Amino acid sequence: MSVGKNEPRRDGPAKLTGRALYLDDMSIPGCWHGATVRSTVPHGRIKSVSYDPDFAWNECVIVTAKDIPGKNIVTLIEPDQPLLADGLVRHREEAIVLIAHPDRATAYEAAKRVKIEYEPLPPVFDMEKSDKAFKSYLIERGDLDAGFAAADFVVEGEYRTPSQEQAYIENNAIAAYEENGVLIVTGSLQCPYYVLKAMKQIFNRDESRVRIIQAVTGGGFGGKEEYPSMIAGHAALLALKAGRPVKIVYDRHEDMAATTKRHPAVVRHRTGLTKDGKLLAQDIEVVMDGGAYATLSAVVLSRGTLHAAGVYECPNTRVRSKVVMTNTPPNGAFRGFGAPQTLFAVELHWEKIADALGIDSLTLRRKNIFKLGSTTATGQNLIESVGAEECLEKTVKRSKYEAKRKQYDRWNANPRNSTWKGIGLSVCHHGAGFTGSGEVYLASRAGVALTKTGELIVLAASTEIGQGTNTMFTQIAGDALGVPASWLSVETPDTHKVPDSGPTVASRTCMIVGGLVNRAAHDLKRAFENEYGRVPLTPSDLKKAAAVLCQGTPARRFEVQFEKPAEVVWDDATYRGDAYGVYSYATIVVDLEIDKLTCEVRVNNVTTAQDIGKALNPLLAEGQIIGGSTQGLGWALLEEPLYKDGAMINAQLTNYVIPTALDTPPFEVILVEKPYSRGPFGAKGLGELPMDIPGPAVAAAVKHATGRLIPTLPQTPERIARART
Amino acid sequence: MIKLTVNGKKKTFTGAPFKRLIDVLREDFAITGTKEGCGEGECGACTVLLDGKPVNSCLVPVCQAEGRKIETVESLGTPEKLSKLQSGFLACGGAQCGICTPGMLITAHAHLKSGGGRDSKSVRTALSGNLCRCTGYQDIVKSVISAARSRKK
Amino acid sequence: MRGDAKSMTVLSPRSDAEALKTYAKFPGAIPFAGGTDLMVAWNLGLLNGRAVLDLSRVAAWRKIQVVSDGVDLGSLTTHVQIQAHPILRKKFPLLVAACATVGAAQIQNRGTIGGNIANASPAGDTFPALAVYEATVRIAAPAGRRAVPIADIFAGVKRTTLKPGELIEAVFLPFVKTPARGVFRKVGTRAAQSISKTVFAGLIWTAKSGMVEEARLAFGSMAPTVRRLHAAEAFLRGRRLNDVAIAAAAELMSNDVSPIDDIRSTREYRLAASRNLLVAFLRGKGDK
Repeated sequence: MSVGKNEPRRDGPAKLTGRALYLDDMSIPGCWHGATVRSTVPHGRIKSVSYDPDFAWNECVIVTAKDIPGKNIVTLIEPDQPLLADGLVRHREEAIVLIAHPDRATAYEAAKRVKIEYEPLPPVFDMEKSDKAFKSYLIERGDLDAGFAAADFVVEGEYRTPSQEQAYIENNAIAAYEENGVLIVTGSLQCPYYVLKAMKQIFNRDESRVRIIQAVTGGGFGGKEEYPSMIAGHAALLALKAGRPVKIVYDRHEDMAATTKRHPAVVRHRTGLTKDGKLLAQDIEVVMDGGAYATLSAVVLSRGTLHAAGVYECPNTRVRSKVVMTNTPPNGAFRGFGAPQTLFAVELHWEKIADALGIDSLTLRRKNIFKLGSTTATGQNLIESVGAEECLEKTVKRSKYEAKRKQYDRWNANPRNSTWKGIGLSVCHHGAGFTGSGEVYLASRAGVALTKTGELIVLAASTEIGQGTNTMFTQIAGDALGVPASWLSVETPDTHKVPDSGPTVASRTCMIVGGLVNRAAHDLKRAFENEYGRVPLTPSDLKKAAAVLCQGTPARRFEVQFEKPAEVVWDDATYRGDAYGVYSYATIVVDLEIDKLTCEVRVNNVTTAQDIGKALNPLLAEGQIIGGSTQGLGWALLEEPLYKDGAMINAQLTNYVIPTALDTPPFEVILVEKPYSRGPFGAKGLGELPMDIPGPAVAAAVKHATGRLIPTLPQTPERIARART
Repeated sequence: MIKLTVNGKKKTFTGAPFKRLIDVLREDFAITGTKEGCGEGECGACTVLLDGKPVNSCLVPVCQAEGRKIETVESLGTPEKLSKLQSGFLACGGAQCGICTPGMLITAHAHLKSGGGRDSKSVRTALSGNLCRCTGYQDIVKSVISAARSRKK
Repeated sequence: MRGDAKSMTVLSPRSDAEALKTYAKFPGAIPFAGGTDLMVAWNLGLLNGRAVLDLSRVAAWRKIQVVSDGVDLGSLTTHVQIQAHPILRKKFPLLVAACATVGAAQIQNRGTIGGNIANASPAGDTFPALAVYEATVRIAAPAGRRAVPIADIFAGVKRTTLKPGELIEAVFLPFVKTPARGVFRKVGTRAAQSISKTVFAGLIWTAKSGMVEEARLAFGSMAPTVRRLHAAEAFLRGRRLNDVAIAAAAELMSNDVSPIDDIRSTREYRLAASRNLLVAFLRGKGDK
C-alpha cells in the first residue's frame, strides 16, 4: 500500500502555486497592525513610560500589563515569564507596551514615540557566573571513583557550543479577533494547544471561548513551539481592546532579536579508559544558558543530560547538569533541544581520547558503542531497535572513511598542496517522544472521523510545518484502514475541531501521534467490518458505508489516547530507568577541504546512515535528513548569534549567515530500518536526529585536516587560522 | 498613476509611488504568492521576474516598475495544471514548508528559460540568492534538473 | 518592514540635465538607481519622510561605449550587464569576476556600478578591481563635468568626495597592457551572497628578465576605503619576484591597510588571509 512509498506531498500543489495562505497572506477585513515597544536595557526597573505629545495617539490602541484581564504570565512550565513587563525588565527586547494602528508603518512609528526610562540594575551575561539555576539534574550509574581508579588513561576536555537562530524563512506572525464571543487566534505556530493553554490563563476564558487555528506555517524547527503563545497574547490583547482584528507580523530583525534560540552550553568531560580504549568512567558536567526566564529550559536540559553520555556503554557514569539565568532574551526550543550541545562534546571528546591513547576514534567507538541489550547511563536496557552499529558501519563503508583517513594524512603531509583535507565522523542517538513520564503527562489524543457524506479525516493537533505530517498521517491511516492514502484528508489543527495530540516537537509526531492515528484507524476499520461487512472498496462504496455507520449523525469520530507501553519504566525523582521508549540512531561522515591561504572550509560531501525504524515516506524522510543536517552544518561552520550588552548585534540575515545552495554539499543518505514494535509500522523518531550529528563530525574533520582540535563551534576560518598559529 | 503588466495582465496602481513592488502585488493586487522573508535582499523569498530577470521585489519601489513586465509564481501553473518545473518539485521533494518556494521557482524558471546549465553547480549558482532552511537544497536541485530533462522532451 | 511609502517624496527626472537640475533644487534628496542599498535602509524605517531622486530613467547613463583607449560604463550599468559584455570580459576580467560576487543574481540584476561607488561601502567588491584598472569616475554637475581617479573618490566609510549637486554619470576603464598575471579573490562570510572579509585584486607586469615592471595591488574591507598597496608596489618595481622580495613586500602591506575587528571577522584574520593572498599572487599561485 502507501507506507514505504513516496506519496506526493499533500500540501504540495497549493504551496507550489502560491495558493497556500500563510498568515500575512490572509485577507482579514478591518485588521489593524500591532507593534511592540521593547526594553532597551538588559536588567532594570521601569521608572516611567511616556508618550510623545506630538503624536496622534487617538488613532491608536495602546496596551500595557494593566490591560491583562487574567494572569500576566506566558504559561509554559514555570510561571515566571510575564506577557508584558510590569515594573521590571530582565532582558533587552522584553515586551513592555503594545500598539495597534490601521497602518503598519504608523504602528511602527508610534512604537518609536514611546519613551521608557529605566533604573538600570546589574545584569549577568556570563552563564558560568550566574548564581540562579532554573533547574539541575544528576544522573549516576555505578561507582565513579572505582572506575577512575581502574583506568589506565584519564582524558579531560571542555567543549562549548553557541546559541543558534532557527531562521525559519517565515517570521513569527499571529492574528487575533473575537467572533461570537470566541477569541480566535490564528497564525504561524507548531502547538495550538500550548497557545490555548496560555490564552486561557491570560484572558480567564475556558476552551469554549478561545479557539486556536494553525495557518500554513513557513518553518518552525522549535522556534514556533512556545514563542507563539507570547505573540498570540499580544495580538489578542490588542484585538480585544480595539474591538477588531489585529495581526502582529514580525520583520526579520525583530524576530531574530527578540525570540527564542538554542541554549548555549559548556560541557566538560573527564573520561577514564583502559589502555585498549574501553570506557570505565564518564564524569560529565553540563551548563546551559537559559536566558532571562525559564521557558522550556528544564526540558532542554533534561534531554541534553539524557544524551550527554552518548551512544556508548560505560559502567560508571555521572552527569551533573544545570541551566542558569542570564539577562538575555530567553532561549527555547530548536531542533535537537539540548542533545546537539551535549552530543557535540561527547563525540568530539573521542578525538582527544584518540590522541591520548594512540587509538583512532573509529576503533574506540566500535569498542564501546551501544548494541542490542546495552544499558544506558540511566540504567535503561536497550531491548529492541538498536541501529547504532549498522548506521556506523554502513556510513563508514559508503564514505570510504578509513581509506580516506590515510589518503588525507598523506595529502596533508605534502606542503605543496594548496589545501588540507579532513574526514570526520560522529555517531548519535535521539530519544523519540517526551521522556517516559512526559508522554504520560501529555495524555495525547488523536483520531479519525468519517462524515456521513463519506469523507475520511484525520484528527490531530500535530501541525504540518514542512516535515510532511499531513502526508504521513494519510499514509498511516490509509494503510491501517486498507484504503488509498488519497482517500484521506487531514483536519486543520484547530482546537475546536481536533483533540490535544500534544505539541509538534520531540520527534514524536510520527511515532507517538502517528501511532494514535494508526490505532484509531484500526478502530474505524473494525467498525466498517462489523457494521458494513467490509472495508469500502471504491469511493462510491465509501459513501454507502458512511451512510450506514453514521446513521444520520453528521460524523463518527474514533479517538484514542496514548497508553504508555508497560515495559517503559521511568522514575522522575531519581532520573533512572527508561528515559525514552526508544532511540533513533545516526552516523555522519563529513568530507571537507580547507584552503591554506584563507582557512575557508568547503564541505565536499556528506554521507549519513540514519536508523528511523521505518521510513514511511522515503522521499520526505530524506528531505528531513538533508535539511536537518544542513542546519547542523550551518551551526558547525557559519552560524553564531553575537551578543553585546545582552542583545544580538547580528540580528539580520546579512550578518547571521545560514548556508546557501553553494555552501551545501551533496548528501548521500542511507535509510536504516530497525523497526520499533511500538511505533506505527515500526517507525521511530526522525525530525531532530539529523541535527545532532554534523557538529562534532565537522570538528573532527577539521582536526584531521589541520591537526588542531577546536573545541567550539562554529569552526570558522578565524578560529582555524588562530589554532594554526 | 503607475501602469505595469503583472502575469500578462495590465494593472494600474494609484497609491504612493514609493510603495514596494512586493507590497503592491500582495496588498493592492491581492497576488499573495510572493513572500517577504527578510526585507534586506538576502533570502530571495520575494523574487519576481522584472522584464524576465529575477529581482528582489522587497527592494523595488513600484515607481521603477512602471511600464515593465512582472511575473510571479502564479504565472507558472495552477494546482490543477502544474508546470513541468512545479511537477518536478512535487516529484522530487523540492518544497517542504513552502515559504521559499515561490521565489525559488521563479528564479529556477528564469534560469531554465534563459538556457542556464543543467548541472548541479550551475543550478546551485543560479539559486544562490534563494535561501531555504528546510530542504538543504539537494532535492530542490534534483527538482530543477528533473524538470529541465522533462522540458527537453 | 518599517518604511512609510506615503511619507516619501519621489523625484523622477527623465534626463541627465533634468536629474542635475532637480538635485540642485532638492539637495536633501537621496539619489538612487537600482535601490539595492537604499531600500534596505528604507525597509528599516530609517529614511521615512525623505525625498529620493530616482535616476533609473536617465537613459544616457545606461550606455556602455567602447572607445579607442578604453571602455566607458554608464553609471547605471548593472553588475549583470558588466558580466555579459564581451570586451569587458576580455579586457577587464577582474571587474567581471568582482561583479559575479556581488550578492547573488537578484542583486546583480538591479545593482549598478554608479550606485556601488556612491554607496562607498568599505567592503565594495568591485572597488579593488576598479582600483587596479585605475578607473576614472566621471562626474556631472550643473557647473560642468569633472573626472576623479577611483583612488580619490572615496572619503571614508560610506562617504565619497562628491560635492553637493554632483552625480556619477560614468566610470571609464582605460585599456591596460596585457598583464603577466591578474587575480581577483573575495573572502566572504560564506560561499555565495556574502559581504567580504577581505577582497583582493592584483595585476602584475614583468619584463622578459623576470623583473617587475609594475604591480598594482588593491584590497577592500581592509580599511575604511579601498586601498592600493603603494609601499609594496613601489618596493617591487624593478625587482625580481623571489622569496625575499615577496616576503618584504608582504611586510609592507600594513603600511597601507588598517583592518579592524567587526561583526564579520577579526583584524588578526584579515591580516593573515590578506597576506597569504598577496604572497600567493606574487608567487604566481592561488589564482581563482
